[in-house]
Amino acid sequence: MSNVIILPIVVPFIIGAILILLYKRHTIQRVISGITMLALLALSVFLAIYVYQHGTIVLEVGGWEAPFGIVIVADLLSTLMVLLSTLVGTVCMFFAFQTVAQDREKQFFYPLYLFLMIGVNGSFLTGDLFNLFVFFEVMLISSYGLIVHGGTAYQLRESFKYVIINIFASALFIVAIAWIYSITGTMNMAHIAERVAELDQKGALNIVAIMLFIVFASKGALFPLYFWLPKSYYGPPAAIAALFGGLLTKVGIYAIIRTFTLIFNHDIAFMHKGVIVTIAGITMIIGILGALAQSDFKRILSYLIISQVSFMVMGLGIFTPLAIAGAVYYITHHMIVEPALFLFAGAVQKITGTTDLKKMGGLLGTHPWLTWMFFITAISLAGIPPLSGFFSKFSLILAGFQEQQYVISAVALLVGLLTLITMMKIFSHTFWGKQKHSAEQAKISVGKLLLPILPLVALTIILGFGAEPIFNYSMEVAKDILNPTNYIESVLKE
Amino acid sequence: MQKPNNMMLQTLARLIIVIVLSFSIYLLLAGHNGPGGGFIGGLMTASGILILYLSFNFKTIQAVIRFDYVKVIGIGLLFASLTGVASMLFGFPFLKHFFDYFTIPILGEVELTTAMLFDLGVYFVVLASALKIILTIAEDDK
Repeated sequence: MSNVIILPIVVPFIIGAILILLYKRHTIQRVISGITMLALLALSVFLAIYVYQHGTIVLEVGGWEAPFGIVIVADLLSTLMVLLSTLVGTVCMFFAFQTVAQDREKQFFYPLYLFLMIGVNGSFLTGDLFNLFVFFEVMLISSYGLIVHGGTAYQLRESFKYVIINIFASALFIVAIAWIYSITGTMNMAHIAERVAELDQKGALNIVAIMLFIVFASKGALFPLYFWLPKSYYGPPAAIAALFGGLLTKVGIYAIIRTFTLIFNHDIAFMHKGVIVTIAGITMIIGILGALAQSDFKRILSYLIISQVSFMVMGLGIFTPLAIAGAVYYITHHMIVEPALFLFAGAVQKITGTTDLKKMGGLLGTHPWLTWMFFITAISLAGIPPLSGFFSKFSLILAGFQEQQYVISAVALLVGLLTLITMMKIFSHTFWGKQKHSAEQAKISVGKLLLPILPLVALTIILGFGAEPIFNYSMEVAKDILNPTNYIESVLKE
Repeated sequence: MQKPNNMMLQTLARLIIVIVLSFSIYLLLAGHNGPGGGFIGGLMTASGILILYLSFNFKTIQAVIRFDYVKVIGIGLLFASLTGVASMLFGFPFLKHFFDYFTIPILGEVELTTAMLFDLGVYFVVLASALKIILTIAEDDK
């Protein structure tokens, strides 16, 4: 049974290799990769349900026992993340079928896409710190390929910065791993957690914790390492930008949540309630100010990612079951809504040929379906009840007030309001006002493009109306990760 | 422009390539136990083939070595991944490796392991991607 949990990593690997062999035939590539993503989606749903019913599954790769070999661990949080990432991956791929140009498709688009999925799923599933680094690299190398894909001058210039910051972060990651190995003498995350609890070495561990936090923060785009994100996400086509916006930052956030609940829970007053909460607050404000200042569809969305991810980090910082559950709910909500918004930007771009808000208007008259679907998603992101954004923000802010974290809660409330303003700005510029696109452009049908986005819009409504069961699930996840002994015992079998 | 006379280079390359290639294959075969492995073996084979590209001209070698390097990368990846999956089919953990000793005529007793197949996959991937990268950059010149 435990072999099943490696399949989200192995299946895209094998299929990706086969697609390399077929690199000249783009129709077959499309069909195979579409089927693969659907199969992966079914698999990840099965995994999430199975783990929820039967508890954590651990696979010792190659039969090497736990503290020595590499372990793959599927617990509640990681299976949820795998489910969400595969969902986003599937939707973006079906969107890409219709938007990515054929000559781009032939340049290894689908193999790179599947290799990205290996990296993302692997990062969620691994139980070994060094292996986490390896999967980060798999993910990053494929993302370098995808972000320059097509090779326009803008993409090359901006992705250069993206590559540089990530190489710097990876180097720092290795140093931090070496450091933690010298302190604890192990790479297995469960084993590290066990040793950290025994060690009582606050000073040294805090330094390592902050180094790892910097590494993951640069992937998750937290203050002050967010600056690479808006420009590099602007370049690639909408399907890729949506994929990156949905997945890549969340991998960083997942890594922060995993390490700071499992390993570095030795100094909560300083690390969580001090450093992490402060950084989350600053990031929120910076991100939303950036979004307010922009007047471009995709750039606003890119800045919104920055302010949104900090809500999840805020949940971690407050560190109560309610707050963590809120963060988990927020990740779910955001991984559904943010890619959908990027895909809407792609659809709008297909009609008007631009993403500049000042050059578009009046889409409500010509494309009402697009408009209303965007409207639902947008107010969901802003946190209007009864959609999913409301419940995630509500639980986070409630937890903040319960823990007397008044400043961060007030900031979160304010940022929620400002998010609404940015969404209304997009809405009023793009969909209201005078029609600025030509009559020919008005005839462009985007029905086929909206079809892949439809599941995401439906999910944000379902997540809102079915908040009770989904919040209960988030609470289960939160209790599971706040009690690391479960994880440690299932890995080390004590 | 008159072509330079590179007879010395070409004669030496013919000698060197034998040594480099045989040592690289030794490295590949030693990899799973001793120093060596698919990665270093692949790089060394790639550098051996590059010596050929440098000393003879591009078209001559292209006519001799008729692999599509991109497909070699795919085949290598398949080798590596399927080795891991093979053990799953028999109910063992992913990537579990098996080995045994066999007596083969001439070579005597040798150890054969499934880890070798994984290394072979790595070898193909490294060999082909190193060559592909360098040749792509070289072709840009035209």
